[in-house]
Amino acid sequence: MSYNINNKGYYGDFGGAYIPEMLYPNVEELRQNYLKVMGDPSFQKEFNQLLKDYVGRPSPLYYAKRLSEKYNSKIYLKREDLNHTGAHKINNTIGQILMAQRLGKKRIIAETGAGQHGVATATVCALMGLECIVYMGEIDIARQAPNVARMKMLGAKVVPALSGSRTLKDATNEAIRDWINNPVDTHYIIGSVVGPHPYPDMVARFQSVVSDEIQWQLYELEGTTKPNYVVACVGGGSNAAGAYYHFLDDTNVKLIAVEAAGKGIHSGESAATSVLGKEGIIHGSKTLLMQTNDGQITEPYSISAGLDYPGVGPMHAHLYKTGRAEFISITDDEAMNAGLELCKLEGIIPAIESSHALAIFEQKKFRPKDIIVVSLSGRGDKDLDTYVKYFNL
Amino acid sequence: MNRINKKLQENKKLLSIYFTAGYPNLDDTANIIQELEKSGVDMLEIGLPFSDPLADGPTIQASSTQALKNGMTTEVLFNQLKDIRKTVNIPLIIMGYFNPMLQYGVEAFCKKCAEIGIDGLIIPDLPVDVYNDHYKAIFEAHGLINIFLITPQTSVERINFIDSISTGFIYMVSSASVTGSSSGFGEEQTSYFKRIADMDLKNPQIIGFGISDNKTFTQAIQYAKGAIIGSAFIKHLTNKGVDTIGSFIQNIKN
Repeated sequence: MSYNINNKGYYGDFGGAYIPEMLYPNVEELRQNYLKVMGDPSFQKEFNQLLKDYVGRPSPLYYAKRLSEKYNSKIYLKREDLNHTGAHKINNTIGQILMAQRLGKKRIIAETGAGQHGVATATVCALMGLECIVYMGEIDIARQAPNVARMKMLGAKVVPALSGSRTLKDATNEAIRDWINNPVDTHYIIGSVVGPHPYPDMVARFQSVVSDEIQWQLYELEGTTKPNYVVACVGGGSNAAGAYYHFLDDTNVKLIAVEAAGKGIHSGESAATSVLGKEGIIHGSKTLLMQTNDGQITEPYSISAGLDYPGVGPMHAHLYKTGRAEFISITDDEAMNAGLELCKLEGIIPAIESSHALAIFEQKKFRPKDIIVVSLSGRGDKDLDTYVKYFNL
Repeated sequence: MNRINKKLQENKKLLSIYFTAGYPNLDDTANIIQELEKSGVDMLEIGLPFSDPLADGPTIQASSTQALKNGMTTEVLFNQLKDIRKTVNIPLIIMGYFNPMLQYGVEAFCKKCAEIGIDGLIIPDLPVDVYNDHYKAIFEAHGLINIFLITPQTSVERINFIDSISTGFIYMVSSASVTGSSSGFGEEQTSYFKRIADMDLKNPQIIGFGISDNKTFTQAIQYAKGAIIGSAFIKHLTNKGVDTIGSFIQNIKN
């Protein structure tokens, strides 16, 4: 059984391209070209060069000694937080901006939740001199002010999404509408492994550099390319897709996906899609999503803007349905405490998204010899306000 | 014969109106349908509201949000329509996004439509290939015509393909836009209208998106079998209410 995408753009039952006809030419152009472009040696060369010199890759695989002692296991942190712009998001935006250039696009649009993807997109647009418009929910604009300022400094126009819940879902709707209105010169840089095919696969491939590095870094450190577990938080699921990618079909490596339970799975304020979601269509993809019995998409909640999404990428829906990945839900409180713990034990302030992944050690016991790689997907600078308020610092 | 096909055979240009079911008030649906038929409208698109209408501009988004707040659901709509064929004869099409239909069950949804006397469906985010592979047989078994869209960016090859699998009319999106965003047709649109008209397709075309008044309606029907008005009608309902539907339609036609 393969856990990766098939030639029709589906992961098992999930994926596809459920898009209005207005988007067909754009998505079809991308579908026909993305593998060809990515396979081109000159593309690979430029992509890898930028990842090395501009992003600062490879990101370290760091043995977290004090954390490991506390939980009596071997815990490694994949330090995506040390990338330029502070998260894994830049791996994808570098890839997509090069893709957009090769497709002759002049104008870039993006959606953002926490603002990390917006910043990563604004950054690569500045780098390449392309116009950049970022859609961001009005509520997220308020709670992620530093990232809004960063995008503006980088020359992007930040457009508030005023419809619906005014968060990531609605920002994505607005970006899709922009693309419908600008079908020729515009490329839409989706920030996660969501959206119509080929986006989930393309974004997963750009992020797969993470698991590629984990393999050889772990070999240098432990003499094996295979951890026992790979752990990552999942909103849309791009950092998890990148961290899992090269291990997908190797079932000796167990995958753990950590979702945001918000104030508790059944509190009515949660974003735990695998538990609360049902199969359906969101943003052009067949996947699991939170919805009413009547098929209306519901408003998720998480303290972390990056996990506050009612769907999940089709790869993850498939990993859940097949049991390939174990899904664990972490509440706001558990995540915040795990974040603070990492500060005190390792001197690293994690993004609240990543804190969710770190919180599993209080829930799940591992054996002393288990090698566990946790994707530390982003740094916590953007979340200082939230941390400060939460802990009354 | 399906009412849509019959209507398309009439020797006249057609005016079709879109409205969001459950807006402005939950129970306006039957009344709006009856008033529109009385006013001389040829065909109706009943919008099943969705929380995340990707192809729609602010007007239809807002009406959908309000309709859902009012309590509109698939089941409520079907109940409101159950006796509609006792009073209404024009073709009725349900337009909605795919997820609510998927949750209701596509087969159950189509069965209910057939029972009520719905003639066709427009589902912007149900791709043609998925329809062909999984749902075509179900639609046809229930006598429902699925209407496909084309846009100025649709390739000639794909237009011919869509024409070959269409059995009613082709919904011609007037410009690269979401609903309700254009104001008047320029050279670019009219040359696209003409290009499609000259293709001599098997199915008649009806133009939608960006038609708001007598001027744009008259322009559109020069090149196509008919035209569809959505956002402008919703705006009228918002500003003037249900009672003045007749005068809105008269202004479009004259």
